[in-house]
Amino acid sequence: MVQKDAQRLALFLLLMPFALWILLLIVLPHLGIGYLSIREKIGPRQYEFGPGNYIDFISEPIYWNTLLRTATMSVLVTVLTLFIGFPVAYYIAKVAGRRSRAGLFLLCLIPLWVSDLVRAFGWIVLLRETGVVSGFLQWTGLVSGPVEFLYNDAAVVIGLIYTVVLFMIVPIVSTLDGMDDALIEAGYNLGGSRWTVLRRIVIPYAMPGIVAGCIVVFMLTAGSYLTPILLGGKNSMWFTEQIYDQFITRYNWESGATFGVVLLAFTSFVVWLGLKLTGQNLANTVAKG
Amino acid sequence: MTDSRSPDLECLSLTKRFGAFTAVDDVSFEIPSGSFFSILGPSGCGKTTLMRMIAGFEEPASGDIRIKGKSVIGTPPNRRNVKMVFQHLALFPMMNVAENIAYGLRCRGADKAEITRRVGDVLERIGLPGVETKQIHQLSGGQKQRIAIARCMVLEPDVLLLDEPLGALDLKLRERMKIELKLLQHQFDTTFVYITHDQSEALVMSDRVAVMNAGRFEQIGTPQELYHAPATAFVAGFVGDSSRFSGRVEAGGTILLETGERITAAPRTGTVLPAGTTVDVFVRPDAVAARRPAELSGDAFNRIDGVLDSHLFNGAQSRALVRTGDGRMIEVGYPRPGSSENLAPGEAVALTFTPADTLCFAKKA
Repeated sequence: MVQKDAQRLALFLLLMPFALWILLLIVLPHLGIGYLSIREKIGPRQYEFGPGNYIDFISEPIYWNTLLRTATMSVLVTVLTLFIGFPVAYYIAKVAGRRSRAGLFLLCLIPLWVSDLVRAFGWIVLLRETGVVSGFLQWTGLVSGPVEFLYNDAAVVIGLIYTVVLFMIVPIVSTLDGMDDALIEAGYNLGGSRWTVLRRIVIPYAMPGIVAGCIVVFMLTAGSYLTPILLGGKNSMWFTEQIYDQFITRYNWESGATFGVVLLAFTSFVVWLGLKLTGQNLANTVAKG
Repeated sequence: MTDSRSPDLECLSLTKRFGAFTAVDDVSFEIPSGSFFSILGPSGCGKTTLMRMIAGFEEPASGDIRIKGKSVIGTPPNRRNVKMVFQHLALFPMMNVAENIAYGLRCRGADKAEITRRVGDVLERIGLPGVETKQIHQLSGGQKQRIAIARCMVLEPDVLLLDEPLGALDLKLRERMKIELKLLQHQFDTTFVYITHDQSEALVMSDRVAVMNAGRFEQIGTPQELYHAPATAFVAGFVGDSSRFSGRVEAGGTILLETGERITAAPRTGTVLPAGTTVDVFVRPDAVAARRPAELSGDAFNRIDGVLDSHLFNGAQSRALVRTGDGRMIEVGYPRPGSSENLAPGEAVALTFTPADTLCFAKKA
């Protein structure tokens, strides 16, 4: 009896930080934001409940256009990251020797040692008008004057891919790591070409990792703030920027909260749609990954 | 198929090196069409490397591999009509049974109706009709085995390679699968090349067995030849159980054992052991009879004296354990005519065996 109680206490204490985290940092803020978002301001210190904030959001094209643009760009970044990350992950898990594998993995982690801000600044140093790339092109004579590579969508996409590619590589490496090399050899042995083996054996096997990576990358990208602002400048039109504006610049917390809820709902919807379209489900992914 | 006498698979002076290590060293053999051929050897002897070269996953350093008379050097694995059953079977876990079997047919571009028909056919032949829609993890070990074979056989390969596929099964199932594999080979009438370190698997299933050691073939022959007339000491020691003695050849051809007994061995064709050669002598347990010294009649036998230590009862494979003069334990087949059954532990016994059953090899320097 005593032992059972002790076990229960241990379990309780172990779960405590987790429960506190969920409650205080996830549930409570979301409840607060949800509450704020359905509160309409009708005068100084005068509020009433209603869907007014959401109606405002829908009736103002620039808001939902920004949201759609953010989602589209995030999907683009996710797809490009997958195309870049998958070969790297495949190389680390299946081609590289046992010894070099750890080293390569470590190399992938190095960018994480530097803060987001410094990484974005790195790109600014490279891409700005007086930057390294522009200077090099002028030096080779390919262009006559300085060129501005920053503050366009391409710069934002490149910067975002660089920030998130690791989160694509890690889950794919871990699923491919568990794959018996004999499966690939059997694929060839039974007459499959490189392409067939990749399409019918390697990718289906790596699917849980791919899905997990895509979800993480998409969510991180859609919710990122620093990179789009620093590399895209005033025109980046990222939805998180809108939220920031509402909260900080315009001090319109109700509207900002509404945007937050909309962003969460919309990105969740995109993830759900992605899972449906690829015929995967979340339980499968988490259980296998 | 044009010439039924031409071998399905031929290897000529095949050699493979990994750095300074020679994994396969000048191996030559040919396998007649439709036979069951085993390559038997301890782990690390190069048999897996040899098989991977035949399948095309490794390039030989020198030598040639011919399938149906045509060299396949430089042909990628997916273009060779050699299929392989992997050690852990390598069934594709994300596909069901029918998709696994259809994979190779789809790679060849067969149409849907034909695929369905042939998948049904092959499942019928391996005795598992109607399992098309089952997932791989729903199958038992023996069923997986048969699906892995069906997946290859549906492509009608010239040669089927099997890389110790019974290794992961439990003992009972392994015994049953041995027989089943042999029957399947008869049924499909395809050349099987079976790789194993388990001598009983090789002996039971094969038409011919190659014994491999340290990258070389020690002997190729029928299971009977390997067992009764091993060509080298390694084969004698590796194939089947045997008791081993050391000795020296004396003038006149008799052998003086370290235990002090003097025995004779029937000469093997083509070998003459001059006097003074140190030799290894092998005797099979089932060739040895343990008798009470008083019951011996005549002296045509080789004889070693000892004391019965204990009985090792194991059904048909029961043995008696006899301690010789120098304290060594020898296993003796049991029961034998003039049976050791009524011998009691502690009794003095004479172990007798014929010179023909005495296998004698010069010890390597």
